[in-house]
Amino acid sequence: MSASQAARGATASGRPRDGNLISCTNLTKRFGSTAALDGASLDLAAGEVVAVMGPSGSGKSTLLHCAAGILVPDTGEVVFDAEQIGHMSDRRRSELRRTEFGFVFQFGRLVPELSCAENVSLPLRLSGVGRAEAARRADEWLQRLEVHEVGRSLPGEISGGQGQRVAVARALVTRPRVVFADEPTGALDSLNGERVMQLLTAAARDTAAAVVLVTHEPRVAAYADREVVVRDGKTRAS
Amino acid sequence: MSVSKTFLALLESGASHGYDLKHEYDARFGTDRPVAYGQVYATLARLLKSGLVTVDAVEPGEGPDRKRYAITEAGVADVERWLASPEAPEPYLQNVLYTKVALALLSGRPAIDVLDTQRAEHLRVMRELTSRKATGDLVDQLICDHALFHLEADLRWLELTAARLDQLAAQVTR
Repeated sequence: MSASQAARGATASGRPRDGNLISCTNLTKRFGSTAALDGASLDLAAGEVVAVMGPSGSGKSTLLHCAAGILVPDTGEVVFDAEQIGHMSDRRRSELRRTEFGFVFQFGRLVPELSCAENVSLPLRLSGVGRAEAARRADEWLQRLEVHEVGRSLPGEISGGQGQRVAVARALVTRPRVVFADEPTGALDSLNGERVMQLLTAAARDTAAAVVLVTHEPRVAAYADREVVVRDGKTRAS
Repeated sequence: MSVSKTFLALLESGASHGYDLKHEYDARFGTDRPVAYGQVYATLARLLKSGLVTVDAVEPGEGPDRKRYAITEAGVADVERWLASPEAPEPYLQNVLYTKVALALLSGRPAIDVLDTQRAEHLRVMRELTSRKATGDLVDQLICDHALFHLEADLRWLELTAARLDQLAAQVTR
């Protein structure tokens, strides 16, 4: 039995619990003496857009990082598609983040030395897709996000709103099953933020990707199907 | 919303019957709350009495005669004054939500549940407005945005209050 198969046996049934694509149950996570998560739970169904809301420092980004396998919780479990992430090897977790997950952060985090088109094609290249095919798909996604014209520009040469659209294209180019977006509009004005949200949610729905959307802005959360509130490391669902 | 001022301003672009005025009002500004026929004719009668509109034609119809209303010079001056005056910002100091939270604390009930129930309801309405914006034209989008920004302000208050519940409890129960 492979490590992956062993990990898949994590749940009693061997299937995603209750049809959830991701189930985070009773997570705790401490950073020194600070309890960032204190019994937080989050379920995500395939294709669902869930907003994780809460004040600064409430633990919502830590919850996202645990759900995405970036952080390992101290206790509790994170199950993705019947695989317990905590039981996976580092290599398997990296593979998961590269192939099944997409990420959008507050400030884009594009590679400054690469053109926008190269940034978008990068996840495909890392997954072994050929240069020409990766460039073709990146081009397609830049068009879809209405930023085709900045393909040859460096990230430092474009506006914040354009940068976030490039980041959304990069997150979706591999057709991930889950997109994790951490304050994707936090650095944008209302109009640009709104356009990024419209394009992100439309693209995710078109490709049946689920989205975990961390935000403290109610107007951004209103793009989600439902919301989960984090306070003092604990979750409260509606 | 001042229906009479809006009617007057609409009449500036040309004389109109009460029926047509109502439909123009509903299409442009009525959104979810069209003006009732009774209110249309009562409003026009008041404007007529104040000399802000005049009847410039009467056409016989199958029912009662149809009057066509036109704005007067005094009416135009009234519209100008209205557009130039700021609306009084509503201070919202009498707040049902605050009252509920304070009463929950006074009676020993979990006030956080009051806040969470309200947050969920606000977000439900915000989701509806957001999805309506996606299919609406620019007018629809702006009307929904106005509502969304107000609901967001409420939600920010709910969040702030949630963070201060312990302090508030100490104050209202002493």
